[in-house]
Amino acid sequence: MTLDELKVGQAGTITRIEGEGPLVQRLMALGLLAGSPVRITRRAIGGDPIEVEVMDYALSLRREEARRVTVVREA
Amino acid sequence: MTLAASSPDTVLALIGNPNTGKSTLFNALTGLRQKTANYPGVTVEQHTGEIELGGRAVTLVDLPGAYSLAAQSPDEMVAIDVLLGHVTDMRRPSAVLAVVDSTNLRRNLFLVTQLAELGLPLVIALNLSDVAESRGIRIDAEELGRQLGATVVPVSAARSTGLDELRAALTKAINTPPSPPLRVLPEVHAAAADLGQRLRAAGSHLQDYEVERALIDAQGIAERRFEMSAGDAFRGELARLRQQLGAGVSLAEAEATARYGLINAIVSRTEKRAPKKVTLGDRLDRITNHPVIGSILFVLVMAAVFQAVFSWATPLMDLIDGGTSAIGEWVRTLLPDGALASLVVDGVIAGVGGVIVFLPQIMILFAFIIFLEDSGYMPRVAFMVDRLMRSVGLSGQSFIPMLSSFACAVPGILATRVIPDRRDRLATILAAPFMTCSARLPVYALLIGAFVPNQHYLGGMVNLQGLILLALYMLGILGGVLTALLLKRTVLRGPTPTFMIELPPYRLPSWRSLGLKLLERGRVFLVRAGTVIFSVAIFIWALAYFPRPAEIGATYARERESIEASALSAAEREQQLTGLSAAETSAYLEQSLLGRLGHFVAPAFAPLGWDWKLSAAVIASFPAREIVVASLGTIYSVGDQGDNLEGALRERLQTATRPDGSLVYTVPMAIGLLIFYVFCLQCAATLAVMRRETNSWRWPVFAWLYMTGLGYLGAMLVFQLGS
Repeated sequence: MTLDELKVGQAGTITRIEGEGPLVQRLMALGLLAGSPVRITRRAIGGDPIEVEVMDYALSLRREEARRVTVVREA
Repeated sequence: MTLAASSPDTVLALIGNPNTGKSTLFNALTGLRQKTANYPGVTVEQHTGEIELGGRAVTLVDLPGAYSLAAQSPDEMVAIDVLLGHVTDMRRPSAVLAVVDSTNLRRNLFLVTQLAELGLPLVIALNLSDVAESRGIRIDAEELGRQLGATVVPVSAARSTGLDELRAALTKAINTPPSPPLRVLPEVHAAAADLGQRLRAAGSHLQDYEVERALIDAQGIAERRFEMSAGDAFRGELARLRQQLGAGVSLAEAEATARYGLINAIVSRTEKRAPKKVTLGDRLDRITNHPVIGSILFVLVMAAVFQAVFSWATPLMDLIDGGTSAIGEWVRTLLPDGALASLVVDGVIAGVGGVIVFLPQIMILFAFIIFLEDSGYMPRVAFMVDRLMRSVGLSGQSFIPMLSSFACAVPGILATRVIPDRRDRLATILAAPFMTCSARLPVYALLIGAFVPNQHYLGGMVNLQGLILLALYMLGILGGVLTALLLKRTVLRGPTPTFMIELPPYRLPSWRSLGLKLLERGRVFLVRAGTVIFSVAIFIWALAYFPRPAEIGATYARERESIEASALSAAEREQQLTGLSAAETSAYLEQSLLGRLGHFVAPAFAPLGWDWKLSAAVIASFPAREIVVASLGTIYSVGDQGDNLEGALRERLQTATRPDGSLVYTVPMAIGLLIFYVFCLQCAATLAVMRRETNSWRWPVFAWLYMTGLGYLGAMLVFQLGS
């Protein structure tokens, strides 16, 4: 599943990021890379953008970007 | 005075992630000894300050906030250029000061591990150490320094703690050779060094680090620079090396994986975190980000800002207004009647007054913005409104600049600096002047008061004049939104920009830093807006004052004598004399350069229903739109009637006739005129700030032509269809 499909409060581990280029490089610099634990903490009205907890901080990103991030949900 | 005289030779670079309190630390270290300039070719400001280290004056360069040295826009390349010593008139830094948010060590270390590879002495300021401590985060500074080959100093820029230790560490850093640089990807570094050597042998000037970034940052700025500099012989070299070094993954991914691998190892050895406690900030966060309560709160906060900007500032503005008139009148009594008195009173004093009258509003607005930024509320606002703003082609980060523009487009345009995407930023800058700024209000008030009947509907709840004012606001918003949409679909077309921002925990801003930032922004406004408005005001004064033929003076002097010699009562005589001097003023004006200009351009404005008087007044108000009220007052020779100027002027406008006896200000013409003022970019200050912020004349010229054209067409359409 992708990061944007997690529900608020659910945690998971990132397995891969789709694609290459500047956007993906930026996502990875911000800590979204394979192996990182991640958790959705909030959604704005309408479900977009979302707030995720990664690398001990809170990051906001749009669903469109979150869809590039594949995760495994924590059991 | 122990500071060196001028242009100190030693440079120190200050760099860090956004939201780490970097500018607070910069202010704490340099105080008021700051300078701003522009880097050539980019829209980033060059912010430098002076600090004293061991009796030496050292220049501290505040680099733009960044999460990584991988530059994806020319603006982001500035950091690398400064660090490598590519900027003209600035030496390569002798050391780097990296600011780190201690509560968020992991992500902050990404940039720091990049800096540790540059071969410069590195000092790390663990900022917000007090906040980290209160949250049970303990960092072993010494061990962290050993791991990174740096000196690590815990500080709190907001509370000014640890600054002496930081200065001592910086003094040591600029006087000692650097530790051996960190190598996170040794093979990539070696390949870049080899390629760099071959390039330079072939005549290129690229340094190894630029080659390394070009290798790693596919489609980045360093790659573009490599391609421009390397020439045909090296075409395909990057692709070949990437393939060879990457082993199936992109080098960007290899870099991120290796870096965070190292960082996780370092953090597990140097940081201890107590189990998370729910802090006051977390509770506040829950409320402010609640879908319903948060939205209501958001509207309330915005309403409070607006209320403050418009109502708190009014008494101050009235005071400044009254003060300038009083000073003007007083100076007039001191100087002999003539050109000098007019220049000083109507030109200089009125010009200065016209600028500082907006200062209260702008300072109040800035104070709120800085407080909301430093406390961490601003990113949450952006988060909340992102979806709404996206529907007009922008992002949540464009919201605050637009909102600020309702007070004045100048702070609005300055506030676009937080927008990382160049296209988004330009679209926002061009949409900002459409928002109804406070300088439009006096114009609206005059015209609505004169030409819209004061009718009430729904038992007095709705007022027609208020409705029209609201419609004008809406029209401005619509104009801005459509402009942004249009630009993003055409010249500023590009991939949808991302919206990746950190939502930092709430924190109480430091009052000292808030004050310093406020002073700096106020200064920027005065310098940028003030000098332009002021010099243009003098220019317009000269146009309206010269030439000054003696015959007019002689004619009116004779009439004055005959009135004084007449048998009228004192009150009547006084009244006639006032009328006479007003008529004299307008007689001078009609044949002045401005009056002639009005006559000259009147045919161009005839399709809008304007006569030469209105044309001249509008031309005079191009530097600052609110001037039109005063120039109409002069042209219609209302004279000095003090507070009642507006009422008297309103009457004159309502009864103004053409030579054939028909009314000049018909309803379609007045509405057209209002629409002209909604759209037309009559503000030299906005144009000057646009020029500074985009670092070219292209955008201000475009904005001026576009908005003036829109205003003209709108006014013509309404007048022609309505008449």
